[in-house]
Amino acid sequence: MPKLITQVGCPYCGSSCDDLEVLVSDDGKKILETHNACVIGNEIFHHVSSPSRPKKPRMRQPDGTMKEISYDEAVDFTAKTLLKSKKPLIYGFGSTNCEGMSAVARVAEKAGAVLDNCASICHGPSFLAIFDNGYPSCTLGEVKNRADVVVFWGCNPMHAHPRHTSRYSIFPRGFFTTKGQMQRTIICVDPRETDTAKLADMHLMIKQGHDYDLFDAFRTVLRGHPIPEEVAGIKREKIEEAAEAMKKARFCMIFFGMGCCHTDGRNHNIDIAISTTRDLNTYTKASIMAMRGHYNIAGPGQVWSWQFGFPYCLDLSKGTHAHMNPGETSSIDLAMRDEVDCFVNVGTDAGAHFPIAAIKHLKKHPFITVDPNICMASEISDLHIPVRVVGVEEPGVVYRMDNVPIQFKKVIDGPEGVPSDEELFDMVYKRMCELTQTEPFWILAKGHAQASTPTEH
Amino acid sequence: MTNKISLNMITQRAIEEGQAMEKGKTTPQYFEACSVCEMNPEDMKKLGIWRNTNVRVTSEAGSVVVKAIEPTQFVPPGLAHIRQGVWANQVVPPRTQSTGTPQYSGFPVTIEPAMNEKIKSALELVQGSVGMWKGGN
Amino acid sequence: MAELLVKGGFVIDPTRRIDGDVMDVAIKDGKIVEKVGPGAKVIDAKGKVVMAGGVDVHAHVAGPKVNVGRLFRPEDKLFKSPNAQKNYRMEMGFSIPSTFKTGYDYARMGYSFVMEAAMPPLHSPHVHEEIHDTPIIDEAALPVFANNWFVLEYLKNGEIENSAAYVAWLITATKGYGIKLVNPGGTAAWAWGLNCLTLQDPVPYFDITPAEIITGLIKTNEYLGLPHSMHIHQNNLGNPGNYEVTLESLKLAEGYKAKNKFGREQVMHSTHIQFHSYGGDGWANFESKAKEVMDYVNTQKNITVDLGCVTLDETTTMTADGPFEHHLNGLNHLKWANVDVELETAAGVVPYVYDKDIKVCGIQWAIGLELGLYAKDPMRTFITTDHPNAGPFTRYPRIIKWLMSKKAREATLDTFKHKDKVIDATNIHGIDTERTLYEIAQMTRAGPAKALGFSRMFGGLAPGMDADVAVFDLNYKSMPSDPEKIEQAFQRASWFIKSGEIVVKNGDIASHGNKRTIWVNAKVKENPQVMRDIHEKFLKDYTVGILNYPVHDYLAPHPLVIDVDVEA
Repeated sequence: MPKLITQVGCPYCGSSCDDLEVLVSDDGKKILETHNACVIGNEIFHHVSSPSRPKKPRMRQPDGTMKEISYDEAVDFTAKTLLKSKKPLIYGFGSTNCEGMSAVARVAEKAGAVLDNCASICHGPSFLAIFDNGYPSCTLGEVKNRADVVVFWGCNPMHAHPRHTSRYSIFPRGFFTTKGQMQRTIICVDPRETDTAKLADMHLMIKQGHDYDLFDAFRTVLRGHPIPEEVAGIKREKIEEAAEAMKKARFCMIFFGMGCCHTDGRNHNIDIAISTTRDLNTYTKASIMAMRGHYNIAGPGQVWSWQFGFPYCLDLSKGTHAHMNPGETSSIDLAMRDEVDCFVNVGTDAGAHFPIAAIKHLKKHPFITVDPNICMASEISDLHIPVRVVGVEEPGVVYRMDNVPIQFKKVIDGPEGVPSDEELFDMVYKRMCELTQTEPFWILAKGHAQASTPTEH
Repeated sequence: MTNKISLNMITQRAIEEGQAMEKGKTTPQYFEACSVCEMNPEDMKKLGIWRNTNVRVTSEAGSVVVKAIEPTQFVPPGLAHIRQGVWANQVVPPRTQSTGTPQYSGFPVTIEPAMNEKIKSALELVQGSVGMWKGGN
Repeated sequence: MAELLVKGGFVIDPTRRIDGDVMDVAIKDGKIVEKVGPGAKVIDAKGKVVMAGGVDVHAHVAGPKVNVGRLFRPEDKLFKSPNAQKNYRMEMGFSIPSTFKTGYDYARMGYSFVMEAAMPPLHSPHVHEEIHDTPIIDEAALPVFANNWFVLEYLKNGEIENSAAYVAWLITATKGYGIKLVNPGGTAAWAWGLNCLTLQDPVPYFDITPAEIITGLIKTNEYLGLPHSMHIHQNNLGNPGNYEVTLESLKLAEGYKAKNKFGREQVMHSTHIQFHSYGGDGWANFESKAKEVMDYVNTQKNITVDLGCVTLDETTTMTADGPFEHHLNGLNHLKWANVDVELETAAGVVPYVYDKDIKVCGIQWAIGLELGLYAKDPMRTFITTDHPNAGPFTRYPRIIKWLMSKKAREATLDTFKHKDKVIDATNIHGIDTERTLYEIAQMTRAGPAKALGFSRMFGGLAPGMDADVAVFDLNYKSMPSDPEKIEQAFQRASWFIKSGEIVVKNGDIASHGNKRTIWVNAKVKENPQVMRDIHEKFLKDYTVGILNYPVHDYLAPHPLVIDVDVEA
C-alpha cells in the first residue's frame, strides 16, 4: 500500500510551506504523487528520482572529463584542499538544513575559511540595513490573522514565492481577517506590472531604481508635509492615497524583495523602508519582512549568528575571532579581488547565479561543489560531491522567511551510500583532524543522544 | 544592421525559471525559460525587430545573445528584463557598491539585433567563460 | 568516571548550614559522595573557597530574540573576544555572546545551570538548537504563556483544568520547564500596537485583565505541581512610579500555597524586580522604591525575586514585552527589532547604554543593589542582571563585589557625574550592609536551586547531589581589603568541576563537559476538549502544522527529563 505522508515541508522558497502531502511507494523509495505543492515544489519532489542524478563523487580528470570516485577519496581531497588553502571561501547554503550549516561552520573554523551564504548576493543589503536600523517584524501568522493593508515593494511572490499569497498574505481568512482578500487592501510597488501587481488594489509603477525617493515621499506624507507633484514617476495623489491607506490600517504589513536589494541604493532602500515602518508604528501597528528566497536561507543567518555573532560574510581566517565586513569579506568582492584561493560551493549554484566575472576569478583555484544535482557549478568543478536532498531524503530544522523554525521531514530514503551535508562535513572535519593530528571536538550531531537519567525526583 | 538601443536592465525571478531550474539547468526548459529578454513592443519597434528575434545584449560587464520576447508581465518602455540565471549573469556587473551584492538590476545595456547569431546553451556559456567548453560553437 | 577529592578548602554550603568550615568534597561518578578511595585525583583547595555550582534563575541566553540581538549588533563583537583558547570554539560578543562563549563564560564563573527565561513556543526548536550548541552548562527554558490565546480564553472562562491541560501539553511539546509570564495581557495588546499598563486594563478582544491572568496562572501552576513556580515579568516595566503596580501584582500571590513534590515553597517568582521598583511620576523626579518593594517581599514567604541589577555597561535589551521595547526605542532612538509571534507572544530588542553619567542610570544601578541589601531572606533573593537587559551575566562577579563591599559601592558612586542627585533619589549611600560569602552562596546557589525545584540536585554539596563544585581564590579567614580581588576571584574560578568532570582550571576551559537539557514531561488526565481546541487552532490560525510543532528528541540529545504526573 502506498503511504500518504502529511504536513511535509517544501524545500523550495522562503514560504517554507509545511502542508504538502506526499504519496510514497510501498517500499518507501519512490514518490508517486505530491499534493498542495506549487509547480516548483512539485518539480523538486519528482526530480529526486531522475536517473541523471549522480550517486557518487566525481573528480575532474586532466582531460577535462569527470570520473567517479569514492566518498573517502572525495572527503580526503576536500580536507587536504581546505588545509592547503590560505583563505578558502565556503559559500552557498540556499538548500540545506541547519544541521548541515552547523557542520560546515566547524569545518570552516578549522580551515580558517571565509563562510558566506546566498544572502550575500540577495538580502545582504537587508542585513546591512538591519544592522543600522533594526527590524520591526512578525511571523507570517500575524499577517494572515491581522493584516488589512499589505504592501509588496520590489517583490513578486506570484513568481518567486508561489503560495505566499494564498497561505499568508492576500487570500487567507484569518482570525481577525475572516473575509480574506475582501478585507485586505493590497498595494504593489514595482516598475513592471507583475502578476502580483495585477492582484493589487493599487499598483504604483515606480521608475526603476527610485525606491529611496518614493519611500522618502511616503515618510514625508505620513508626517503631514507637502511633496512634489510627482516622485519616482508616481503622481502625488496616488502616493497620498497609498500612504493614507497604510496609516489608517489596523495592521499594515510591508514585504520587500530584490527590487530594493539588487539596485542602486541597496541597503539604503531597506533602511528607509524600515524607517517608514517605524514611523507607521506611531499611528498604528506596522511590520516589515524581507521576502527571503530559499526555504532555509534564513538558516545560516541564525546558525552562524549564534555560533559567531554574524549572519554572513564571516572571515574566520584570523583563527582567534570572526570578522565580518560586507564589501570586504563578501564572496563577490573577495572573488573580484582574487583574495581567496579555494572555492567550495555548497547547496547552491554559484556557476549560474554569480556574475560570470566572479566565476572566472574563482575558477583559477580549486573549485569544489557539494550539491545533490548536476548544476553549472558542478560542471566546472574539480570535484562534485552529491548529497541527499533536504526535505525529501533528509530531515532537519529550517528557518522560514520570518525566522520561524520548522522541523522538516524526510519522505523517502536517499540513494544508497549518499551522505547528508551534515554527515559529509563531519567526515571532512574528522579527516582534517587526522591530517593535522588534532583532537576533534564539539561533535554533537544527531544520534549521539545518551539515555536520559531521571533523578530521584 | 547597426541599429542599437540603450535600455535599463533588470534581472529577476520568474516562475518559469524556477520550475525549469528544478528540472535541471541543462534541460531545454531552462534554456527556454531563461535565454530571453523581455522588452516593450515600442522598444522593439525602435530597434527594428519583431518579437522572438535574437538580440545581443551588452553591458559594461559582458555580452550575451538572447531572444527578445514580448513581456509576460508588462515592462514599460526603456526597461528590459532578463530572467535571473546563466544568460542574465553574462551581463550583470559584479560591482557591489561595497555591500557584497552585485548590480543585478538597474544597469545600462545596449541591445542590438543579432538575427544570425546563435543563443548559446547554459553549459557553453559557463564552461566557455572558464576555458572548459569542449563542444562545438 | 574518575574519583576526585577537593581537599582542604573553606566550604560554604547553605543547604547544610556550613559556613567556611575546612572540609574535603569527594566526587564519584558525577555525584558528591561521602568519601573516595586513595586513588582519587586530589585538587588542592587550601586557602580557597569551595561552593556548589552557580544556578542562574533568569537569563536570556538562547533563542530567537537573543539571536536577533547577536545578528543585528555586529558592534557588540568588535574587539570582544579576549578569551579565545586554542582547541576551543571561537568566542564572540560581549552583551550577547555566541552560544560557545556563553557556555565557556558561565563555566569560568563556576555556574552549572542557567534558565533561559523566555521561550516563544513556536520558536522552541530554535531555542533547543542554541541550547544544544552551548557547551558545559545545563539549561532549561521557560515557555511564555501570559499572552497565549488558549490561556487567555480558558482563564477568561475560569477553566483552570483546561488551562492546566493546555499548559502541560505545551511544556511537554516544547521541552520547556515551567510557566513564564511576560507583561500579562500587554504583549497580546501589542499585536494591535497597544499595551496593558495596569492590572485592570482589559486585553483587547479577549476581555480579560492582567490580574486575572496572573492569578489564573498561579492556580494552573499549583494544579499541575510543577517544579518551579509561576515566573513573572510584571506589567508596566521600566516606568517611573511603577512600584505600585508591582506591589499590587505581588499581593495577588497572597493566600496561595505551593503544592509540589520538589521542595519549592513559593508560588510566584517575580523577576528583575529592579525594573519594577521605581518611584516618581517622570524622569525628573525618578527615585528608588526599593525599600517599599523589599519590605513587602520580606514579609511574604511564598514569593521569590531576582534582582536584575544594572551594571553600567553598553548592553542589549530584549524581552517578550514588545510594547516596552517600542517605548524604550522612543527614548533612545537606537535601532529597534520586534517580532510578534502568532497566537503566542512577541519580542523586542533595543541596544541600550547604561551610562554612569546619566542620572537615571545611576539611580537604576542603586536600586538593584538596594534590593539585594534590603532583602531579609537571601534564600528568596537571587542575583541576576536579567542578562543582557540590565547588563551581561559576566558582570555577576561585579555585583557580588558591590553587595559585599560598601567601599566598592562608594568607589563607583564617586565616578558618577550626578553623584549627589543619585544619592538624593536613593538610599544606597546610607546602607552599610555588606553581604557575606554565605549569603552570596544563598543568592546564587542554594536559593535559586530551591526555587526552581531541584534543590536535591543543584545548589549544595551534600552527598548525592550533582558534583558541580567551584573553587574560588578567596581566603575565607582573611578576605582581601581590595574589593577588586573579590570580583576577580568570582570572574574566573580556580577550578570548576561540572558533573564530576574538571571543566575549568585556573580560569581556562579544560573540557566541553557533559551538557544537559532539563525539561518537564507534564501529564494530565486526557482532555478531549483541549486537544480539539489545539487541533482546530493549528488548522485555522497557525501557519505551521501541528505535527511539525513539538520539538524532536534529537534536538535535545542529552536530556534530563523531570516527570510531573497530576494523576499520580
